[in-house]
Amino acid sequence: MAKSIATEFTKGLWKEVPPFRLVLGLCPVLGVTTSMKNGIGMGLATTFVLLCSNILVSLLRKVIPPKVRIACFIIIIATFVIVVEQVMAAFAYELFMSLGVFIPLIVVNCIVLGRAEAFASKNGVALSAADGLGMGIGFTVSLGLLGAVRELIGTGGLSGDVFGFLPYHLPSIFGAAFQPLEFAVQAPGAFVALGLLLCLMNLIPSK
Amino acid sequence: MGEMIKMVVVLTVLSIISGGSLSWLKEITEPKIENQVMTLVKGPAIRQILAKADNDPVEDRFKIQDGEAERNVFVGVFDSSPDTVVLESAASGYGDIIGMVVAINMSDETLRGIAVTTHKETPGLGSMAKDNPRFAAQFAGKSITRPFQVTTDGGEISALSGATITSRAVCNGVNQAIETYTRLKPQLEENIQGMRK
Repeated sequence: MAKSIATEFTKGLWKEVPPFRLVLGLCPVLGVTTSMKNGIGMGLATTFVLLCSNILVSLLRKVIPPKVRIACFIIIIATFVIVVEQVMAAFAYELFMSLGVFIPLIVVNCIVLGRAEAFASKNGVALSAADGLGMGIGFTVSLGLLGAVRELIGTGGLSGDVFGFLPYHLPSIFGAAFQPLEFAVQAPGAFVALGLLLCLMNLIPSK
Repeated sequence: MGEMIKMVVVLTVLSIISGGSLSWLKEITEPKIENQVMTLVKGPAIRQILAKADNDPVEDRFKIQDGEAERNVFVGVFDSSPDTVVLESAASGYGDIIGMVVAINMSDETLRGIAVTTHKETPGLGSMAKDNPRFAAQFAGKSITRPFQVTTDGGEISALSGATITSRAVCNGVNQAIETYTRLKPQLEENIQGMRK
């Protein structure tokens, strides 16, 4: 096989970065990116599920009968999603509350099932782990970026932390005269921000 | 046939492993989650409905034995007399179990206030039970001698529009709390006597 771990890992970072290039899994992308903190939290939760489910699906790919593979994938994915939900509720309850219903919805995130079906069920463990981790990091960065853009325009600054660590605080970078555009943190703002970011990304030709 | 059996076996084994490990995880995380809910959800809710109390009701709490179960009781001190108890209650709503706290004024047997703490109701409709303070405010000051019902059932609580099931569930939860209170009243009084000195 010509596939190498490095290329599988890096394709998720730029060439096939999930929400932008694949335009998959948009539900949480649009729903939770009202702030950078939520975006990153959601991204990390999805990364964990993606990595674990990819590894397990790849390990079990010879055992799972093809006819019930989707059901098996969903069991595996759902298990890890509940793990994330419980752990987040125990250790990062505020994030858990602000992400709300979107955590259980990771189960039906197209990226997770898509990678299990399209990649992990056909490739070895190391490649699948690299794929899952790459896609997850790409997803996290995208959500963080989208969240940051919306938070900046919507509130004028950035503040928060990542799972209680790495606090950041950046009050009003546009100066005191800036009027926060509340539209950006509301649902339609998500579409506009996503469209503009997609537009910017397409200016840079992909290899 | 062989394939059929394999499918069943694989799915069953996967489900068993998944269920087993999740219940183990639940066991370890449960006390931590309870703690988080106490400090971040129930605590603020209780402090809000007992905002005028002289003490911190979350500090002054004790556990009471109710049959098999143990219940948390929070005590509010008003005008230097500990006359208010807050009980936790839950009832099944539209999405999942709705958790709430119910503050009962023991001296005149009225409700001092209620608050919904945890829920998974529809955002914008059922979630208003928690987010719209006017809904919970309807309960405050009412006597606990009559069970609470929504107006469509002949009671006096106006249901949230589009969320009758949620509103009924909150009424049920409050009624349950009152029932618990009536059942445990002697024990509660005894416990509070100890605080009076």
